Amino acid sequence: MSERAQQLLGIADDELVLGWRNSEWTGIAPFLEEDVAFSSIAQNEIGHARALYQLVADELGTTADALAFDRSPEDYRHSRLVELRLVPDWARTIARHVLYEEADAKRLEELKASDESAVAGLAAKIDREEAYHRMHAQMWRERLQDEPRFTDALEELRPLLDESGSPEFAELWEEMTIVRRSVAGATW
Amino acid sequence: MIYEVFRQERRGQAFAHAGSVEAPDQAFAEWYAREQYGRRGESVSLWVVPRHEIVEIGDFADELQRNYHRVDGYPLKEKLKEARERAGTAAAGDR
Repeated sequence: MSERAQQLLGIADDELVLGWRNSEWTGIAPFLEEDVAFSSIAQNEIGHARALYQLVADELGTTADALAFDRSPEDYRHSRLVELRLVPDWARTIARHVLYEEADAKRLEELKASDESAVAGLAAKIDREEAYHRMHAQMWRERLQDEPRFTDALEELRPLLDESGSPEFAELWEEMTIVRRSVAGATW
Repeated sequence: MIYEVFRQERRGQAFAHAGSVEAPDQAFAEWYAREQYGRRGESVSLWVVPRHEIVEIGDFADELQRNYHRVDGYPLKEKLKEARERAGTAAAGDR
C-alpha cells in the first residue's frame, strides 16, 4: 500500500472510530441541545471518514464500505485515544474531543498543503466543518477549565494520541460490523 | 437560560419564530441554534435572543369598542342596515 493510502487510511480510521464512540452519547448526553450537537459532530466525523476511505478506495480498487468494515480489526490504524469507551464520563469525553480537534487541525493544515488537488480539496472541505467542531470544543474547554475532572482527563488522555489502537478494539469492531457481517455476501 | 430563535428562510424575507434552545451562555446558544435551525439549509440567517430580553405585550384595552382600529375592519353591515331603515329604503337583497 502506498504511503499516501496508509496516511489517508489512518485519518479515516481515526474519524470513523471517534464517530462510533461519540455516537454512543446519542440520547444520553447531559442535555437535549448538547445531545443534538454532539450527535451531529459524530455524524460529521463518519462523513469525513467516508470521503477519505473513498479516496483510498479509488487508489486500491475497492470500496469505502469495504475499507471501513471489512478489514480485520488489527489492520485499523487509528490512535488509541479515539477507541476508548468513555460513556458515561462527560468530562473525559470533552477532554478527548479537545485533544482530538487540536491534533486534527494540525493534520488538516498539512493535508490542505498537499500537491494532490483531490486531497487538498477534500481537506479544505473537511476543515470547514471541523471549524465548528473546534468552536464547540473550545466552548467546552473554557467552561470546564477549572474543573479537576476535566483537567485531569486532559493529562491522562494526551499521551494516548500518539499510541496506536489496542487489541481491545476488536470488541468495538465486532459490535459495529455485526449487522454487515450477519448476511454473507449481502451488498446492502 | 432559554434563547428564542428566529430564522429567515430567504434573503429579504421576514424572520419567523423557529423555536427555542436552552444553553448556558451566548456562545453555546449560537452553536445549538445553528445546529437545530440552520444545518439543513433551511435558513439563510438566524436571530438568537435571550428570552428575558424580549418585551412582551399581551394586554390591549379597548373599553369603548372603537372597532374601526381593528384589522378585521369596520363592520359596516349593521350600520348600513340601520341607516337604510331610517331612510326607508331596503337593501338590495330585501327587495
